[in-house]
Amino acid sequence: MDWSSSLQGLAGGILIGLSATWLMATLGRIAGISGIIGTLITARPRGDSAWRLTFLLGLISGPIVLMLLGGGLGNVVGAGVDVTGEVIGQPAGGVVMMLLAGLLVGVGTGLGSGCTSGHGVCGLARLSPRSLVATLTFLVAAIITVYVVRHVIGGGA
Amino acid sequence: MKTETLKPVMGYIAGLLFGLGLGISGMTDPARVLGFLDLFGAWDPTLMFVLGGAVVTNFIGYRLAFKRTAPIYGEAFQLPTRQDLDGRLIGGAALFGIGWGLSGYCPGPAFASIAGLTGPLVAMLVAMVAGWFLARAIPARG
Repeated sequence: MDWSSSLQGLAGGILIGLSATWLMATLGRIAGISGIIGTLITARPRGDSAWRLTFLLGLISGPIVLMLLGGGLGNVVGAGVDVTGEVIGQPAGGVVMMLLAGLLVGVGTGLGSGCTSGHGVCGLARLSPRSLVATLTFLVAAIITVYVVRHVIGGGA
Repeated sequence: MKTETLKPVMGYIAGLLFGLGLGISGMTDPARVLGFLDLFGAWDPTLMFVLGGAVVTNFIGYRLAFKRTAPIYGEAFQLPTRQDLDGRLIGGAALFGIGWGLSGYCPGPAFASIAGLTGPLVAMLVAMVAGWFLARAIPARG
């Protein structure tokens, strides 16, 4: 097992947890990305949009800060071999695949009221039964999808 | 400073912490995410540590935050109150899971990766936003 990758995962996870706690402690909000950004874009609620926009800008600037600091702070697969310091990895498919995936992620998180952050990081921390069911559902659906793509269609590649 | 001025600052700090966390943990690399979801291949446990670290930290953090009666710069804690399980929740989560498994992107990492913008990522983001509009157009009781 790759312990350095796991430790980076743990460190990053703790930062994500601190972010969620920070947003609750200061603004009283759930740190759910699909909720924060989805509501910003689709509803633009008057008087409730500025913090959503700055959250999005902060989210984008996080990886930029890591790239500016350099020194291999990212955890891209294969980092340290020939792509030292890379923070942002490459998409797993082409435009058509990503259009389909994006539509499913958008519709799914819209209907299901949350994604990995809202249901996973925040809902599980609140011991919400709805979030536990949602998290297990999207994890199982994603695992089955990867199994089909890589081992049924892809022939184990 | 006024509370209304500080709210966006608090939002920025939360977003920055989140973006740093995604970058450091490697969640801005779809290959890391797909490696975790590939239970029957060369399994990559990284995402388990990310989610575990985030949930445990936030579990403790929420308990400290809820010692106050209201957030520092807000009127009230805004928490979901629904407890029921319905088709919208489970069906939506299943659709999201399929899209996540196809791309390795959930909404956070997709937006956090904008600094490394590629054609496929633009397609992902545009389609995701279209999906959000579509989900709003689907009535709650169908």
